[in-house]
Amino acid sequence: MDWLFFAEVSMAGLGSGALLALTALAFVLIYKATKIINLAVGEVLMFGGYLYFAFAAGWGLPAWASIPLAVIGGGVVGGIVERGIIRPMLGENPISVFMVTVGLGSVLIGLTELIWGPNPRSVPAFVPSSPVFIGEAYVSRKILVSFVVAGVVIALFALLFRFWRGGVALRATATDQAAAYSCGIDVPRVFAAAWILGCATAAGAGVLLGSIGGLSVEMGAFGLSALAVVIVGGLDSILGALIGGLTLGLVQSWTSTYWGGEYVNLTTFSILLAALVVRPYGLFGTHDIERL
Amino acid sequence: MLTGTAKETYAADEALLTTRPHKLWMAAFMALLAVAPFLLNDYWLYLLCLATIYVASATGLNILTGYTGLVSLGHAAFMAVGAYTVAFLERETGLPFLLNILLGGLLAAALGAVVGLPSLRVKGLYLAIATIAFSFILHFVFVHFEGVTGGNRGINVAPATIFGHELSTYFDLYYVIMPVTVLLVLGAANLFRTRIGRAFIAIRDRDISAEVLGIPLLRYKLMSFAVAAFYAGVAGGLWAYFFRLVTPETFPLLTSIFLLAAIIVGGMGTILGGIIGAVFMTLTPEALRVVVDILSLFVDNAAGVLSPIRTVVFGGLIILFLVFEPQGLAEIIQRMRRFLQLWPYKR
Repeated sequence: MDWLFFAEVSMAGLGSGALLALTALAFVLIYKATKIINLAVGEVLMFGGYLYFAFAAGWGLPAWASIPLAVIGGGVVGGIVERGIIRPMLGENPISVFMVTVGLGSVLIGLTELIWGPNPRSVPAFVPSSPVFIGEAYVSRKILVSFVVAGVVIALFALLFRFWRGGVALRATATDQAAAYSCGIDVPRVFAAAWILGCATAAGAGVLLGSIGGLSVEMGAFGLSALAVVIVGGLDSILGALIGGLTLGLVQSWTSTYWGGEYVNLTTFSILLAALVVRPYGLFGTHDIERL
Repeated sequence: MLTGTAKETYAADEALLTTRPHKLWMAAFMALLAVAPFLLNDYWLYLLCLATIYVASATGLNILTGYTGLVSLGHAAFMAVGAYTVAFLERETGLPFLLNILLGGLLAAALGAVVGLPSLRVKGLYLAIATIAFSFILHFVFVHFEGVTGGNRGINVAPATIFGHELSTYFDLYYVIMPVTVLLVLGAANLFRTRIGRAFIAIRDRDISAEVLGIPLLRYKLMSFAVAAFYAGVAGGLWAYFFRLVTPETFPLLTSIFLLAAIIVGGMGTILGGIIGAVFMTLTPEALRVVVDILSLFVDNAAGVLSPIRTVVFGGLIILFLVFEPQGLAEIIQRMRRFLQLWPYKR
């Protein structure tokens, strides 16, 4: 066994795992507040990547301007979606809302294809492509940057949830909606905030992912991997998203290197199924007790 | 009169067709279906056959999702199992084609029961996600189980033969596809007049109460999965004879979403919903094509945007129906019927 190669593969895995964790965070943010699994996270991610492409390549804006714009764009999409189609669905059963997000994903794919065409695009790089060496192991600088960014964002959200007023409101809404209402928390605003933050996070992940692997309308499939992460980690746990993301990134990287790329989906979804059967509420998720 | 039906016996209450006009309309509709191939050209016949296959599959999904309340996003995978079974049997054995289709349905049903196993442990969204995972794993099997499935190249299916006559035209195939689908739909309608069907509905409405009432949850949930998968398997078998090529890409996740969208648009938990939903969703892309054809007279490159517009409309329909008419087209039709019945007198 070649340990240096193994270390390189593992670090690449951690890098993509960080992106998975970031995308999983988008699921967690929205689920935590609203109890909705937004299956369109993958498509919002794709949309964010394309927005960055439009700002950076289309308008020729520098990276420091186009990245925030793309993230804000994702947030705007989240806000519009929440106001336009999620708010009227308040109180409907979760499956209907879930299906609405499936439809939303389809709409976003179609719109992206209408605006930017069906062909894959490459994104102007904002990170130099010179490699970094940790010890002797080679790491792509892009992957390192995305790892750091994802880590910082996730840590930031964890701190916000713990200490910021809005974060506390969000956790309160998650625990008991009616009680939160009666304590003077503006629940609809919390919902909107969760959607905006979640979609902005997804869009940011899309910028990073697009700069590493290029853009295509099939990028939304990445969201399904991230869904596996949140199921394993627990749908309402930021820590779960982080640990689950890194683990799945590692596993995927090992699988694709040692077995072949076509096994990646198989392992991902086998892990997902096993996790669902053994611990449906995830490693760190809240264990709901169902009452009659 | 259409209104005011007083039912005096339990049999009358349970009957599928209650009034005389109802029966007459149904008879007329059946007669129309029987002579349809003589009235339609090849293109419309193709669409009709395709819609009919989707009707069979969507009706199965409706039993599972609409009546039992178990959401599945892996329904296309069951269709694939049926299609592959038929393709394999057609290649390897000389069995009659109807038997192949039946076996395809049964194999899908067996697999459906296995997939249903997590349904006692998880439900709702989690179950939907489990079925997505299952369909990805099955896709892997199709690609790598090459001896049986032919890998990525897939299997070419020989045309179905009956008494030495090859069913290769849409005209011939229609007379296989339509009766099978009518039987399946009839079976579904009758299922809900039996103990099993009512148990499904009880599980949908409140699973814990259903168990208290003496319905073994796991057994009935698995049964629901098996029945739904059987429908999908048969539909997949029909598909295999219709398109004569089965590859791993034939039934993507998108087909599962398409079928779920069909029962949402048509109306969950009604037999009529599954039928008109599937027909509507099959015909909408064609209607869009016509619109784009007209547009292309005024706008250049209108044809190039057809596929993304279809994607947007597809998603848009799901959203609009769920937000504004969760009961679907079936409810709209019922409302129109009520309006016409009461028409001059209602104010």
